[in-house]
Formats: sequence, structure tokens, C-alpha cells
Amino acid sequence: MTAVAENLMSPERRGPTGRLSDFFWKHPHVLLTVLLAPPLLWLGVVYIGSLFALLLQSFFSIDDFSGLINYEFTFATYRQLLSETNLDIILRTVSMAAIVTLASALIAFPIAYYAARYAQGKWKVLFYLGVMLPLWSSYLVKIYAWKLILAKEGIVTWFFEKLHLLWLLDAWLSLPVVGGNSLSVSYTGTFIVFVYVWMPFMILPIQAALERVPTNLIEASSDLGGTPAQTFRHVLFPLALPGIVAGSIFTFSLTLGDYIIPQIIGSSRLFIGQAVYAQQGTAGNIPLAAAFTVVPIVIMGAYLWMAKRMGAFDAL
Amino acid sequence: MRSDRLNRSPLGLKIAAAAGLAFMHVPILLIFLYAFTTEEKSYQFPPPGLTTQWLAVAWNRPDVWAALTLSVKVASIATAVALVLGTLCAAAVSQTRFFGRETISLLVILPIALPGIITGIALRSAFSMAEIPFSFWTIVLGHATFCIVVVYNNAVARFRRISGSLVEASMDLGADGFQTFRYIILPNIGTALLAGGMLAFALSFDEVIVTTFTAGQQSTLPIWMLEELIRPRQRPVTNVVAMIVVLVTFLPILGAYYLTRDGDQIAGAGK
Repeated sequence: MTAVAENLMSPERRGPTGRLSDFFWKHPHVLLTVLLAPPLLWLGVVYIGSLFALLLQSFFSIDDFSGLINYEFTFATYRQLLSETNLDIILRTVSMAAIVTLASALIAFPIAYYAARYAQGKWKVLFYLGVMLPLWSSYLVKIYAWKLILAKEGIVTWFFEKLHLLWLLDAWLSLPVVGGNSLSVSYTGTFIVFVYVWMPFMILPIQAALERVPTNLIEASSDLGGTPAQTFRHVLFPLALPGIVAGSIFTFSLTLGDYIIPQIIGSSRLFIGQAVYAQQGTAGNIPLAAAFTVVPIVIMGAYLWMAKRMGAFDAL
Repeated sequence: MRSDRLNRSPLGLKIAAAAGLAFMHVPILLIFLYAFTTEEKSYQFPPPGLTTQWLAVAWNRPDVWAALTLSVKVASIATAVALVLGTLCAAAVSQTRFFGRETISLLVILPIALPGIITGIALRSAFSMAEIPFSFWTIVLGHATFCIVVVYNNAVARFRRISGSLVEASMDLGADGFQTFRYIILPNIGTALLAGGMLAFALSFDEVIVTTFTAGQQSTLPIWMLEELIRPRQRPVTNVVAMIVVLVTFLPILGAYYLTRDGDQIAGAGK
């Protein structure tokens, strides 16, 4: 039946492209293979292959005397990873990622809320570009800008001096953990730059989630006597939460893996990214570097699984 | 009354949103100011004086030009590769149904979802295992891998909007698959591909983390910047280069926005 209909409708095409086109039409699986083969070879073989090769290396170990890699299956490298100094690095990085995520959400929410509910027409475009341009600006230039700002002779010191509040800055810098010689070599500086660089990634997912909140829900809440704070707590925030979680995937993951920001603006205590970099470079200990990269992969895997359960992927 | 009150934004929200936007923009504006400062040795604020002489100094620096040329070359080729692979992937995912479609989207996003250092080290150790020497092409390979996702995202969004009946009408009128692609699909996805290509270019032009692992002795413009950041040699030149990088990356973003602004999904929303 279908064969007859096919013959009736389409006489065979002439020419090589015509015949090829007919062939693809009759065998959609071949077409699909032709479409998917190049990207799958690239991503599936080259990229995933490299990732697996890296993970495999974390089960090798390094010979302490010769410094050569010992190609025998072992958990020794993972035991080394769980030593006290390395656990310290992991804990420091994860807590930094958590605070950065929290601060990013706090700064991003008002911008996203204003853009989603109040900005209209020309203002909406301005808000959109106002978020996009810093988001896409060069990562290194952004870090460089903060190096200028946080330097001892830079604008922050000048600003505090003008306000006669220099004592406040000095008091903050003399605090034990967050302080340091100047802002550019303290955890406070690292934190500010992390927030600055990754916060824009938070705004658009929150805005997308908020744009889907129907206005009449908010009106209903205030009609029923809810104060703005109650409306926020019981209506707006739960509905925006998937967007916040979606944004936090970026801020958390990007902070976990970064090694350039803490190297340029921060104290000498290491973060995971720096540890990986040092182990594979100067130390030449590829197995330990590989084991270190497993940490963010495992944390992000758990995080993504949790985010998926909260419905965060619909807000992306 | 009530809806009137609801449509006006509370003052606190206005201030918080404005402060947030200022936080995002002031540091970038400062880059422009510092490019003209007369101070050479430190990051003194306010600048003691303003001058345009550093523009000329930067213009005459061969190392800046070499890094810039390399970056443009890498970004162009990586974008071309990403355009082909990303479009193929998007066409397969949106035009056909097959087992494992969801996995493909995950696979495409992975290089950008995992921290760059992981992608970088994975590629580096793969190169050393396969005994491939570092070269221009190893940089391109790394860049193309994470550029595929931006092209793919833009193309998939546009493919979704092309109605299937357009393609069927073209087939009914006797066009073969290639003619349909040439005259129906390509004009429809053209601007989305251009936008995706621009974003891929911007992404590659700015990339530093993967590049540090896949480049040998060559330095792209971001690598040059990074070296200046770690060991500043001539600060005024770095200031000027930083300003130029900001200007260069703004153009593709504005272009991509302009090309896709009528769509349901505007390019660049997910970097």
C-alpha cells in the first residue's frame, strides 16, 4: 500500500543529489547517522574519551622516589587526597562556593525582580543588555578591574579615606580569617571578585522564573491580607526558588573549579583549582591532580541531581 | 487603587536593583579611566593626570599584535568548526526522534558545565598520551569543544520555531532534501546561526583556562593578559589592552542580541 503510494507520488529524481536526497528520505536512519556522526565523534570520542582517561589516571599512583607514574590499579592516590591538608583545601573551596552563591542570589534577586515585573519596553531592553554586557565581558579584564580597585593605592582606600572611615577598613583587615595585608591579598577580596564575576549568571534564570509567576497570585495574596513580607515569603520566594537553584548551579560550579581568581586576588592558601594546577604542573603528580578533579565532579553531580528534583532545569 | 499601587515599584527595590547594576558596571567603566592615566608604577586613584600616549605605545607593541592575531585566528576556526558541528547536532535533535536524544543535549552542555580546569586537564593528558605536540590546532580543538554549545542552543531554539508544514510544502512542490535545506531551512535559521557564531567567537576570544592547558609556547591575548596580571611588566599597556578587549567583546554581544531580539529566546542568555 505505502509502496504504491510512494511510486505514485514521486518519480525517481535524476542526478546524484536527487538520488541521494531520495535515499535519505527513504532511509531516515542513515540521514540521522550522517548528521550525528561528526558531533558525536568530536564530543563523544575526543572529549568524553579524554575525561575518562583523566579519571582512570586517578587510580594510578606516583612513585615517591622516581617521580614516575606507577600504572597499577590502586586507591593510594585517593587516600592521599583525604589527607588533612587536602581536606582543608576542599572544605575551604566548598564553603567559599556556598557563600558566593548565597551573596550572588541576594544581589541578583532585586535586579531580576525589577526586570521581570516593572521594567517595560525600552527599560526592559536596557536591563537585558545591562546584564548581558557584564556577563559576557572578558573574564580576565573583570579580574584586572578588581586588581585596580582593591589595590592599596586604589579607589576603595581613597573612598574610605574621603569618608574618614579608614579605621573601619583597617579594623576589618586586621580580623583573623577574612583580613590580610590589603584587600587584594585577603579572603574578602577573593570573595568580592568571585561574586562579581559569577553573579550575572544568576540573574537571567531568576528573571525567567519570576516572569512565569502570574501577577494575580500576588494580588490575591495581598487581597487576602498578606503583607508584602508575607507575600514574598509564602508566594513569591517558593515560586522563584527553581530559578535561584538553576542560577546557583553556575555560581557554585564555576567557583569550585576556578584557579585564576584566588591566584591573583587572595591569600596564599590554596583552592581546589589551584591544587589541581599545582599538582599537574610543578609537582607533576597527574594521578593526584586527577583525583582532585573528581571532587568537583562528584559535588556537582550530587548538586545537579538535587536541582533536577527541585525542577530547576525547567527554569534554565 | 490597589493595582495602581502594585504597578509602581517600591523604593527599596528600585535602590537595590540600581545598586546591583552599578556594582556590575562601575568596575568596567574604571578600566576605561585607567587606560588614560599618566601613572605608570601603581594603580593610584584618582589618576594624577590623563593622557592618550599609551594608545600609541600599545599600538607599536609587536607582542600585543601577535597575541591578538593568534586569538582572532583561533576564534575564527573554532567558530567555523562549532557552527558545523552545532548545527548538525541541532538538526538531528530537533528534526528527528531517536533513542538517547536527551543524552545528546547533556553531552553538548558538558564541556561548559564542568569547570574549565577539568576540560583543560583532560585534553592535556589526552594529548600527551596520544603524543600530539601542542600547536595552534590543539588550541582550536579545545575551543571548538566548548563553543559547540552556544551554536547548538541558538540553532535548536530556532529549529523549534520553524513549522514542519513549511518543509512538507517544499517537498510537496517537488524540491529535494538539499533544495529544501538551501531555500527553506537555511534562510530561516541563518540569523540564529550568525548570532550563535558571534557568541562562539566571543567565548573563544576570551577563553583562558582551557587555553593554558592546550597551548604550547604560543600566547593568545587572554594568556598575554594573564601573564601581565601575575607579573605586571608595563601596566599602562595592559590597561589599554583591557579596554580594547572590552570594546571587542561588546560588538558580538550587541550583534547577537540585535539578530535574535524578535525570537522567543534571545541569544546569549546562557553563556
